[in-house]
Amino acid sequence: MPGSAQVLPKMYRTRMSTYWWLGRWPYLKFILRELSSVFVAWFVIMTLLQIDALRRGPADYMEFQEWLRNPVVIALNIISFFFVIFHAVTWFNLAPKAMAIRAGGKRVPAVLIAGPNYIAWVAISAAVAWLLLRG
Amino acid sequence: MADTITLEVTRYHPGRDKEPGLQTYGVPLRKEWVMLDALNYVKDRLDGSLTFRWSCRMGVCGSCGMMVNGEPKLTCATFLSDYAPGPVRVEPMNNLPNLRGLVVAPSDFLVKLTKSKPWLIRKEERPLAEGEYLQTPEQLDTYKQFSMCINCMLCYAACPVYGLDPLFSGPAAIALAQRYNMDSRDQGADERMDILSQHDGIWGCTFVGDCTEVCPKNVDPAGAIQQYKLTATREWVKSFLMPWQGK
Amino acid sequence: MSKRSNEPFLWLLFSAGGVVAAMLIPIQLFLFGLAFPLGWLDGPGYQSLLELVRHPLTRLYLFALCTLSLFHFAHRFRYTLYDGLQIKHLNELINTFCYGGAILGTAVTAYLLWIIP
Repeated sequence: MPGSAQVLPKMYRTRMSTYWWLGRWPYLKFILRELSSVFVAWFVIMTLLQIDALRRGPADYMEFQEWLRNPVVIALNIISFFFVIFHAVTWFNLAPKAMAIRAGGKRVPAVLIAGPNYIAWVAISAAVAWLLLRG
Repeated sequence: MADTITLEVTRYHPGRDKEPGLQTYGVPLRKEWVMLDALNYVKDRLDGSLTFRWSCRMGVCGSCGMMVNGEPKLTCATFLSDYAPGPVRVEPMNNLPNLRGLVVAPSDFLVKLTKSKPWLIRKEERPLAEGEYLQTPEQLDTYKQFSMCINCMLCYAACPVYGLDPLFSGPAAIALAQRYNMDSRDQGADERMDILSQHDGIWGCTFVGDCTEVCPKNVDPAGAIQQYKLTATREWVKSFLMPWQGK
Repeated sequence: MSKRSNEPFLWLLFSAGGVVAAMLIPIQLFLFGLAFPLGWLDGPGYQSLLELVRHPLTRLYLFALCTLSLFHFAHRFRYTLYDGLQIKHLNELINTFCYGGAILGTAVTAYLLWIIP
């Protein structure tokens, strides 16, 4: 009769590397998507600084605008812009997955849920742009 | 096309090997072969000690899941020639303990699956005299996708959350809970919600979405989990705004 | 049976923040962060911008935008720290830093929007 040492196998477990997310492109895309939230937070900070400068007076606001022209800030905002677009696109594309909307006996295809989101995005952006560009 | 292709296969003999290692074999590169054919060729002709699971060889039993060049695949549904000229690496599924060679221990998955109570739960059974439970095609359609799961565990191999936290219920277990939640014959949604609306249940999921990508039966476990989160949130809001509604 | 988690509340905030951030941030970041500073487009002058911002609807808009975006960040970053750095045992610290930071940001936002002349 085999003893328990021979019957119970020694299972081998690997611990996930800290850099697991670099191992495959889907994982890297996921982490980049999650990191977009950092740039969302940066935008909030920038907006709060803008509101603060605005309420202090025209001189302070001009100083703030100068700061926005600093190449480091411009570079940061270019990167941030790509990340917030990445957030928006991944968000609109993934949101339909959470909603199992049924109509006419079948599930509504994802594109019919994502589509209106994109349309709303364009419409709202146009409205905001109009408000800020009309002078 | 060349005549042969090199396989690099994980070997691990518990008690004898300190850790798994790769061994190379040359197998014929046949146009119609799948990875499973190559592995069986090795076992039949080259090295009888090669250890791996398989059964139906047609993608319905869920036995032959392995990592092929780092991607979770059913070896019976993956063409060898797709990896020409090779070499192609065959390893046991990620995130699951290696029992021997290419075989993983499924015990944790079975624990998680049982936790989900993947069976019809009735508060009251109908008497036999009333006949069978009837279901319209539309009612079937609401949960059918989630019922296609073959328990192959490829989604567990893909899920980084499960890899990082073995307490996480995992994609298939949650998708199968949802399969029963959505079944018109089931009355157990509340019971399952108590169990799964927890951090080691649906809330551990961060919607990486890789589980859905690797699923060979298009179950879309990621979708199931997000739908479950929405339902759980609706229930939470209801119980927050109307705490007097008992269960 | 075990009590259900209160995570749905945080997920609701995260989701609302995600929608708001997706819909509203790109255009505002593009204009104020790139187009106006780089001179591609002419921005509003100080006076007209001040008048726009001091309107109660604008204050409400900015409040919703900033606070929901902060909670969206807090929730997502918390999970990134869990999974990316595998430091789940520093649970309490992570939650305090993330959600505490969002609450602090909310207070600052409310204060700034309140005291606009």
